[in-house]
Amino acid sequence: MTFAVVQALLSHWRVHWLQLATLLIGIALATGLWSAVQAINAEARASYSRANAQLALGQFDELRDPAGFIPMSRYVDLRRAGWQVAAVLEGPYRVAGRTLRLMGVDMVAYPALPAVTEAQQSDAPPDPADILTAPGRLLVSTELEHLLRGHDTLPPVLSTSALPPDVILTDIGVAERLLNQPGAISRLIILPDQPRGLHPLTAIAPELERISPSQKIDTAQLTDSFHLNLSAFGLLSFAVGLFIVNGTVGLAFAQRRGIIRTLRALGVSMRLLVWLILAELTFLALIGGLVGLLLGFFLAGALLPDVAATLRGLYGAPVTGQLTLQLQWVLAGIAMAVFGTLLASGHALWRLSRMPLLASPGVQAWRGDPRARHLAAVLGLIMILGGGLAYVTFGGLIAGFALLAGLLTGSALMLPALLSLTLSLCGRAARGPVAQWVWADMRAQLPGLSLALMALLLALAANVGVGTMVSSFRLTFVGWLDQRLTSELYLTASDDDQGREITDWLRPQVEAILPIRNVELSHETGPLFLYGIVDDPVYRQNWPVITSTPNAWDDVMAGRAVLINEQLARRADLWPEDVLALLPDHILTIAGVYSDYGNPTGQAIVSMDQLDWVAPGAENRRFGIRLNTEKATEMAQTLRERFNLPRQAVVQQAAMKAQSLAIFEKTFVVTSALNVLTLGVAGFAILTSLLTLWTQRLPQIAPVWALGLNRVQLAGLELLRSLLLAALTACLALPLGLVLAWVLLTVINVQAFGWRLPMFVFPWDWLWLFLLTLLAALLAATLPALRMLRLPPADLLRVFANER
Amino acid sequence: MNVRILLFLLLWLYPIPLWAQGYAGLGGSAEGFDVPSAGYEFEFPMDHGPHPAYRVEWWYLTANLQGDDGLDYGIQWTLFRSALKPYDSDGWQSPQLWMGHAAVTTPKDHFFTERLSRGGIGQAGVTAQPFEAWIDEWRMAGSDLDSLSLTANGEDFGYDLSLTAQGPLVLHGNAGYSVKSADGQASYYYSQPFYTVEGVLHLPDSEVRVTGQGWLDREWSSQPLATDQRGWDWFSLSFEDGDKLMAFRLRGDRGDFTSATWVNSDGSTEAIPNGSINLLPLSTDKVAGRNIPTHWHVNLPDRGIDIQVSALTPDAWMGTSFEYWEGPVTVTGSQKGAGYLEMTGY
Repeated sequence: MTFAVVQALLSHWRVHWLQLATLLIGIALATGLWSAVQAINAEARASYSRANAQLALGQFDELRDPAGFIPMSRYVDLRRAGWQVAAVLEGPYRVAGRTLRLMGVDMVAYPALPAVTEAQQSDAPPDPADILTAPGRLLVSTELEHLLRGHDTLPPVLSTSALPPDVILTDIGVAERLLNQPGAISRLIILPDQPRGLHPLTAIAPELERISPSQKIDTAQLTDSFHLNLSAFGLLSFAVGLFIVNGTVGLAFAQRRGIIRTLRALGVSMRLLVWLILAELTFLALIGGLVGLLLGFFLAGALLPDVAATLRGLYGAPVTGQLTLQLQWVLAGIAMAVFGTLLASGHALWRLSRMPLLASPGVQAWRGDPRARHLAAVLGLIMILGGGLAYVTFGGLIAGFALLAGLLTGSALMLPALLSLTLSLCGRAARGPVAQWVWADMRAQLPGLSLALMALLLALAANVGVGTMVSSFRLTFVGWLDQRLTSELYLTASDDDQGREITDWLRPQVEAILPIRNVELSHETGPLFLYGIVDDPVYRQNWPVITSTPNAWDDVMAGRAVLINEQLARRADLWPEDVLALLPDHILTIAGVYSDYGNPTGQAIVSMDQLDWVAPGAENRRFGIRLNTEKATEMAQTLRERFNLPRQAVVQQAAMKAQSLAIFEKTFVVTSALNVLTLGVAGFAILTSLLTLWTQRLPQIAPVWALGLNRVQLAGLELLRSLLLAALTACLALPLGLVLAWVLLTVINVQAFGWRLPMFVFPWDWLWLFLLTLLAALLAATLPALRMLRLPPADLLRVFANER
Repeated sequence: MNVRILLFLLLWLYPIPLWAQGYAGLGGSAEGFDVPSAGYEFEFPMDHGPHPAYRVEWWYLTANLQGDDGLDYGIQWTLFRSALKPYDSDGWQSPQLWMGHAAVTTPKDHFFTERLSRGGIGQAGVTAQPFEAWIDEWRMAGSDLDSLSLTANGEDFGYDLSLTAQGPLVLHGNAGYSVKSADGQASYYYSQPFYTVEGVLHLPDSEVRVTGQGWLDREWSSQPLATDQRGWDWFSLSFEDGDKLMAFRLRGDRGDFTSATWVNSDGSTEAIPNGSINLLPLSTDKVAGRNIPTHWHVNLPDRGIDIQVSALTPDAWMGTSFEYWEGPVTVTGSQKGAGYLEMTGY
């Protein structure tokens, strides 16, 4: 008997296979987008922890010299005093057009690096003599191995799975040669086991600064906000996907009422039916979920390289561009699919189970209940207020997202009531019976379409909001680049002596030479890079200062004050007239705060004298050179030839800008991709809803047809209705999108990146989006319109003969 | 101290399976290393310093001490040099590697630790005149080899000792040319076994003033063992009448190879050829999961020596990069005395 019931239930899908496909696509889309985001996040997080563990960066204290490199003699002093420290020399290394991080570790003092252990335990362990003596060996990830193999100038390469991408690990003896820094040490790692009876570090090497792991910037923490951002997008996509499921399941149940009534009349219990339908939904959810996972996996694979580029660009966080399939991810995805499907079907199933045995099937199922509409509107209002309240009360990134979530869901819930109100106002203003009928008919169909329209509202609002945010950011960023990159050439000499030689030669030929000198200090919020500048009008005129005291530049140049970047200002809540301690006993007043996009760390600017005071001997080998723009290319070439400089040692402003912009564009590729996908899903939701409604529409259209409107007119009205509803929704989405953009710029960005951006509006983009929405609505309505056009009049006549 | 050569060769990066492959591939001149040859005449103090053209070398000091608390103690201080290539150079690229081992053995406990460094940067090394051997803060130094100060520290132990030589240097084998197998593998090997020692041991719970006797071994080579040799048992014993005995047994698939040096109290020596001394394990203890012979029967019929050698502490395991057993022993039987025992390959 159960089998017969199952057959009867399944027969529905045989007839309505398109509906089945829609349902599965809905589940798959929801699961796919969500899973893709999860996979990307998981992969990125795994990369960070791998990087941290592999390089043992996070766990040990380390020693740094604020003035720059630590000389080897200092290392030997410490060692001969018993301190167990391991020397590390690191720096950027350009090869094959990529900048990699070259990390040279004293492999004798600190041999327990995972990559080294892995190499030892391989089938062909490398000979220590090869690793420690010229030419040495480079340990790199498999990905990099292909890039580095076959470069004559490089030592032989060994691949390992235990290294993050973009890192070359080698012995310090090899690194000093490749980086051309003989005898230099970037930092000393304090090893965990120290012998008894040590003298304090301050007595042996007073100039070295001990930095504990908590003071170092934590990649995972830094990028949390970025991942939360992605997750929010994933969740939004999931929700939009569920709208499709909800619409389709609602329709399917409505259409099945006939079968169910018959089955019940034949003696099948409601309990059995509900269980069977639940089982059926779960089964469908599993299939849809699996398809979604497949989709998600490929999507994540396609997006990951861009995400990796973003994370590298924004935070310098190492992420591989490769995806590994994890069981946990598969299970979570399937669970989400089943959970989401049941959630989206719950209401329909509940109503079905409450259906009186003899209720007539059909129209009633779709008749909207004004009370429910009002309830939803009130609920929506509460959610918006709740989100706002959460943000005001708690603050922070999570509260910011709560504000966003409240705003979006609340507005979506209020949409039907708002649309209904608008339609009834329009209906009242309408003249003539056909017009009145059109407005009234639209209102009548609103309940069936409202979920799809909510999806559209969300997608459009997200589009406007995120679009505005990205475009505002781009505009600001480009302007900022113009302000910041004021020199025509940027030059890096191999050492201070060469720097002096070059600048002596250059001085008579150019407008100005601006030294770029910096040292790394530590602040309670993380690393702090201190820059020294000379007094050149270009800084006063161009530097992108957000807020400052009246004589900020004079104070800075006189050595009385410091300028700090926005990230530091927001993180440490430091503003003009507060003070900043550069060294424990060296405190300067903050004269101003400047914007510093794309930089994860804190930064401060002082006069050159102050820098020399704080960190005597800070290296002086980087310079900005100001000269006539037309001569820049020629001068760059002359410099390279005359001083035998490698290509990347002299960079032109234009190239630098292009590089910065490229990083910027990469940053938002993923955001835009998810944006477009969400809009696509919303369009699909409208299509399914319209198709659903279509099956219910004959009883309403037949009388109009009988009153004299022909099928062409009816089909036209069909299109018009869809366009009008979409247009109305779009109009409501615009203010929502702008609020969203405002929240993103002033709340989320500040929390996630540490900077606040001015908001710019782009009406042409809105127009474009509006047209796109109309096109989507038109496309979605085309199929029902065509059906209308081709509907045999006999079908319309039959309406009168049948139930009516 | 003959066959400790292996120790350093199995330095940090070498996986243990190398042991099973034997050392045929390390044979001398092919890789540019010098090889010991009979008839070499030592030049002191120069030969107290390093010989970078040889693959391995060590400065190996052990001492049997008595504390002012009435207890027996033993200490070890070793600096190994291992050359990846047969030359030295300045900076990180130096192919000379250094490894230090230090240990203190008490009747109940055994403390040990290890240090690694490379040459060329000043973190570790040896100078002959004035004599200084060092790695990190560990030092064995003095104006010459006759009076030395010795220091080493671990996390929870350490020592500061001074050593004074009471007799001459002692050459092993044929005037310092010490053969290690029937195939002719050999090393240069001399000792200073006549140190008196005094100083302080730093133990986790106490400081102990100690006095006693010390024994320094100097050895270098490039081609230490025959391919079939699996490990060794090495003895340095000081008897109450002032005589001393160095003896070792290399355990090989083709049979054991033994060698010994009898040192009279005036420093004169007699080399004891292969097969003339019997070194027999009497009983074992379970140490670090292995059966280690901690009681031995040593029999040298030519001199009427018939003694038993027992570990002061069975658990004198050196769990360093390359693991071995090294600890103080007491001698009973026809002679009484104390000494050190080293065992590898168990």
